[in-house]
Amino acid sequence: MKHKSNDVKRFQRFATVVLSILAVLTLLPILLIAIASVTDEKVLVSTGYTFLPSKLSLDSYYYMVKQSAMILRSYGVTITVTVLGTLGSVMLTTTLAYPLSRTDFKYKNLLSFFVFFTMLFSGGVVSSYIMWTRIFSIKNTLWALIVPNYLVTAFNVFLVRNYYANSIPHALVESAQIDGAGEMQIFLRIMLPLAIPTVATISLFTGLIYWNDWVNGLYYISDAKLFSLQNLLIRIMNNIQFLKVSTNMALLGTQKIDLPGSSVRMAMAMIGILPIMILFPFVQKYFIKGVVLGAVKG
Amino acid sequence: MQKRRKKRLAKTGPLLLIAAPGLLYLLINNYLPMFGVFLAFKDFNYIKGIFGSDWNGLENFRFLFRTRDAWIMTRNTLLYNAAFIVIGTVVAIFVAILIYELGKKRRVRLFQSALMLPNLFSWVVIGFIVYAFLNADTGFINNTVLKALHITPISWYSTTGPWPFLLVLVYLWKFTGYLSIVYVASIAGIDKSVYEAAQLDGASKIQQIMRVTVPLLKPTIILMTLMAVGRIFYSDFGLFYQVPQNSGRLFDVTQTIDTYVYRGLMELNDVGMSAAAALYQSVVGFMLVLGANTLVRKLDHENALF
Repeated sequence: MKHKSNDVKRFQRFATVVLSILAVLTLLPILLIAIASVTDEKVLVSTGYTFLPSKLSLDSYYYMVKQSAMILRSYGVTITVTVLGTLGSVMLTTTLAYPLSRTDFKYKNLLSFFVFFTMLFSGGVVSSYIMWTRIFSIKNTLWALIVPNYLVTAFNVFLVRNYYANSIPHALVESAQIDGAGEMQIFLRIMLPLAIPTVATISLFTGLIYWNDWVNGLYYISDAKLFSLQNLLIRIMNNIQFLKVSTNMALLGTQKIDLPGSSVRMAMAMIGILPIMILFPFVQKYFIKGVVLGAVKG
Repeated sequence: MQKRRKKRLAKTGPLLLIAAPGLLYLLINNYLPMFGVFLAFKDFNYIKGIFGSDWNGLENFRFLFRTRDAWIMTRNTLLYNAAFIVIGTVVAIFVAILIYELGKKRRVRLFQSALMLPNLFSWVVIGFIVYAFLNADTGFINNTVLKALHITPISWYSTTGPWPFLLVLVYLWKFTGYLSIVYVASIAGIDKSVYEAAQLDGASKIQQIMRVTVPLLKPTIILMTLMAVGRIFYSDFGLFYQVPQNSGRLFDVTQTIDTYVYRGLMELNDVGMSAAAALYQSVVGFMLVLGANTLVRKLDHENALF
């Protein structure tokens, strides 16, 4: 018996060591850009990005906050798009899922297939692009960052539909009907509030998709005023001077620091991931639940 | 009869109305582009427009498959996906077993969080992180690692050799934590009495893992693999576009169908050819999903998509 528990303990020790190494290897790249973002620009030019720079500086963050109206603006675009996109997605997804969960709904199967088929076949990005730009003239509007691709996915619809169908007793709907409630009332007063756990999960995933999205911006946005943070990052990767050209004219004459290009690059990447890293520990539980649900019934 | 019918309709109306906005969205976002695939058979001209452009039959396809591009992008898409499926699965199962065997809840949470973090970042940010390591002037590898080893700096973004390895590494970095979650859940679902029986027979921990855990994971592995095979004609646009910084010198090893379609449409303005490549992807992809699902249904009816 003693031998057995030694065996288990030894394996646990082995697992802890290996996972610690993997965790450190996973986090090191993030640490590198975190340190790079607070490294003095002159040090960066001479020694490159390192884990142990000889001089630290907050110039890049100072520059972002004080001197680049463009960075702040792009941050605003990202926040707006994330909030509106997530709200819109939750509204459209939950309303579509509710009728599909009702066994007494005549078109349940037909419409479920209509939703499902979008998982099997897609028209591809070319016709989608031509449609959004030629028919809906979506280019260089805020809508372009919100509407195409992400608002309703079959996957989310089925996630919510299954929750309605399996976790909310049908008797609740029936008794509300007897009390004379209309379908809209039943949806708003009973079904939606009871589905909060699933709504939280899909909001989390959808919010992350909008926060991180750069593809819609790449296709549909060329006007720098509508750049999200991700799209601004793409632009400055090739040309960091882009930030300078468009710096707010009103700031001319105030005390200015030179553009610390190499560190600002990494500082902008940092502000793109900081909110995620801060929020993640609090939502990790829902996130893991969502991943498992998705894999089991994908 | 008449009355019942009326009641039925009254019920259908409001429910249809509630579903309408979501259905309308799918109709526009997903179904309209499906009808738009006819663009692949046209010589698209921006002035003549969608319907005004001239038909040119299979000319776009003939042209596409005559180029070397068609072969390169198909090869890259398939080979990278195959590498991701095989290596990704092995690493994810290895990590999942370690995580599960830890036993201590707090440590499990800590390690899972750390390993999953890169999965939450956009490909743009990941492109920046890779750039911090690889760029010629200020990159960590050239300035610190290679300098210490007295190796001459490498121009990473124009040297094709290391990229297959780099892309697999970046893929593993981003997805291992995420993929292992599924396997942890699957291991947790294994009946504990099987382990007790193995223990009574004197099986060591390693033997239990190799003889009990891994064989019992087989259904999950097959299911996950088949689902990945169904998507083998699609690649992660961000991984192949943002991580190599859209570098033209690397196209031989980074061009996939998705990057080709994007470049054709947005950089070369060749709508016809791009639409042909997109339709090629849609049709083959559709057949692969159907095929994979047929196999899943044969093996494990429960988990089939349809």
